Amino acid sequence: MKKKTFRGGVHPEYAKDITAEKSIQDLPAPEMIVISLQQHIGAPVDSLVKKGDSVLMGQLIGNSSYAVSANVHSSVSGTVVAVEPRPHISGRSVISVVIKNDGQDNPCEMISHSDPIQLSPQEIKDKIKAAGIVGLGGAAFPTSIKLDPPDQANIDYLIINGSECEPYLTADDRMMVEEPADVILGAKLLAKGCGAERILIGIEENKPEAIRNMRDHAGSNAIEIVVLDTKYPQGGEKQMITALTGREVPSNGLPYQAGVIVQNVGTALATTQACRDGRALIDRVVTLTGAGIKEPRNYRIRLGTSFRVAIEAAGGFTAEPGKVIAGGPLMGSAQFDLDVPVMKGTSSILVFTKEDSKQFDPMPCIKCARCVDVCPASLLPVRLEAYSMNAMWDEALEYGAMDCIECGCCTYICPSKRFLLHWMRLAKNEIIVAKRRQTG
Amino acid sequence: MSNTLISLLSMGILGAIFAIGLVIASKKFAVDVDPKVNALEGVLPGVNCGACGFAGCRSFAEGLAEGKASPNGCPVGGIDVAKAVEEILGIDTGNAFSRKVAQVLCKGGHAEATQRADYNGPMDCRIANITQGGDKGCTYGCLGLATCVERCPFDAMAMNENGLPIVFEDKCTGCGKCVAACPRDIIVLAGEEYGVHIRCRSLALGKEVRKVCQVGCIACRRCEKECPVDAIAVEKNLAEIDYDKCIVCRKCVAVCPTNSIESQDGKPIVKKKKMG
Repeated sequence: MKKKTFRGGVHPEYAKDITAEKSIQDLPAPEMIVISLQQHIGAPVDSLVKKGDSVLMGQLIGNSSYAVSANVHSSVSGTVVAVEPRPHISGRSVISVVIKNDGQDNPCEMISHSDPIQLSPQEIKDKIKAAGIVGLGGAAFPTSIKLDPPDQANIDYLIINGSECEPYLTADDRMMVEEPADVILGAKLLAKGCGAERILIGIEENKPEAIRNMRDHAGSNAIEIVVLDTKYPQGGEKQMITALTGREVPSNGLPYQAGVIVQNVGTALATTQACRDGRALIDRVVTLTGAGIKEPRNYRIRLGTSFRVAIEAAGGFTAEPGKVIAGGPLMGSAQFDLDVPVMKGTSSILVFTKEDSKQFDPMPCIKCARCVDVCPASLLPVRLEAYSMNAMWDEALEYGAMDCIECGCCTYICPSKRFLLHWMRLAKNEIIVAKRRQTG
Repeated sequence: MSNTLISLLSMGILGAIFAIGLVIASKKFAVDVDPKVNALEGVLPGVNCGACGFAGCRSFAEGLAEGKASPNGCPVGGIDVAKAVEEILGIDTGNAFSRKVAQVLCKGGHAEATQRADYNGPMDCRIANITQGGDKGCTYGCLGLATCVERCPFDAMAMNENGLPIVFEDKCTGCGKCVAACPRDIIVLAGEEYGVHIRCRSLALGKEVRKVCQVGCIACRRCEKECPVDAIAVEKNLAEIDYDKCIVCRKCVAVCPTNSIESQDGKPIVKKKKMG
């Protein structure tokens, strides 16, 4: 049978077998926790605590009056020792709350609900907002905002993204294998929250155990588990929508315009915990993997644990690492400081050896058009690169630069090893800056 | 022979007909151009850099003729062009023309500033800046990938051995292309009469600056206290100089503990040795 999929994409080496069979373990919270006040897309939130305050596990320590923001909670109980700029995954310093863990894990009051599906859509959205849930696939967009599309748009489908198309990552896979009932309940809650009638759960065919477990727990007819072709970037929001529903999100548009909302498996699980147990988002499943790590595994890690602690818990480095990446190898970002904390959007800590992280010098374009063939957004990366190199931003905009999802397929496939994605990102950045300047 | 004659005659007649046609057309469809525009374009530098805010020298000349542009609007031409333009337009605005040159406000090259990572992407500062904030320890300093040098239309910039751009002030026309190219806003245009510059843009705390750069501003406020005319103010962990107030006494240059304040010729003033 032909599997559902999208146009373009690449087949990198998946390397998921390293951690696919490793069940999720809890990593004990370390002595020092650094909670960044920017865990989501948007401006950092304001700190609600100051040096010397004692906090409880799950206590709200940061919120903001901005529309696009998400609450931040303490992941341990203890004392605040500093509120100061600390290294952040983005490469800059961001204001963070540093908490000394007292090891007690005294929780703050949690309002649990035995049958959360009885909650009204507004109650579900309120609980998700209060728990500070963001998209756990990596982009970290606040979930409550996503569930509330503008213009009262009608949502037909809720898609749960279980494709996990990035190589190496197995966190979502393990969640579906180990906690399918909670994922399904989360999906139902999210669907009720946004008013979607049908739930589609898309899983790539390289996760047979997850597909089987999820099918066993799906139960009702309203939930359909769809097996997808194994191809990167199958888990891209727009690619997922095209593969599952045949609909296309308009250029420069958002999924709600096609009547669809996409949420990640991890987000569904966090929703269940928030609505049923009243638990804030204070930990997440992170895959520690790569040839540079001694004992690769899947950990449930408290937010604010430093990469250093997590890597040491997994046996440390095999040799001097070549690259430490937050996220997957294709879309993740390389880190320069091991003191950066695990955040809501950190799906993986990937360590490459020196040999893995080889660098190539770009050569002249041979006009083979393979970048055009693989682009899942149907763009012309080679043309956009040329426009960007010559600072022709208007032309880049006309050729759809803003529709680039930064998946990196073009740069991956290029036989001349050209920096296609880098230049396209520059074009996007310049267009956004120019637009912001225009609107003041 | 007759063949030659026929072809000569026919070509000659054709040529005459087209010539008459062209003469009529040039008279009938002639476009009236303000003679001033051509004259103005003649005195402008002709590099089409766009520093005046118009698309090129021709549109600037049209702007001048229509009175939309100011005679001293061309920073590249300087005072000479401004005078020539005023002569053609028959006006005398008496506007003083201040020549501006680019100043690089960062001294942290390879020798002074730390690297925190290896950057392997394209050699373009703007891209390095959006890739995890670049490879330099200081997230405010010069990335050293020469995007400003590439943008300079007048060959007035080059990279020195220390990995920092230098400006040849005699060649710099103040067109501002490098200012626009720099993703970290390190380059500014300053009138050439201003002699003292604070060559640091870091808003980080003093101790953070110390960790990543030997010549960064640590906001110690000694320059602020030393300045006799209150031209220097320390705000957001960075000393800023008000060029309009500065009297170029160079007292701040002498007291700066990290040598981040410099006089314009690029050579820091030698400090007096403490006696005893």
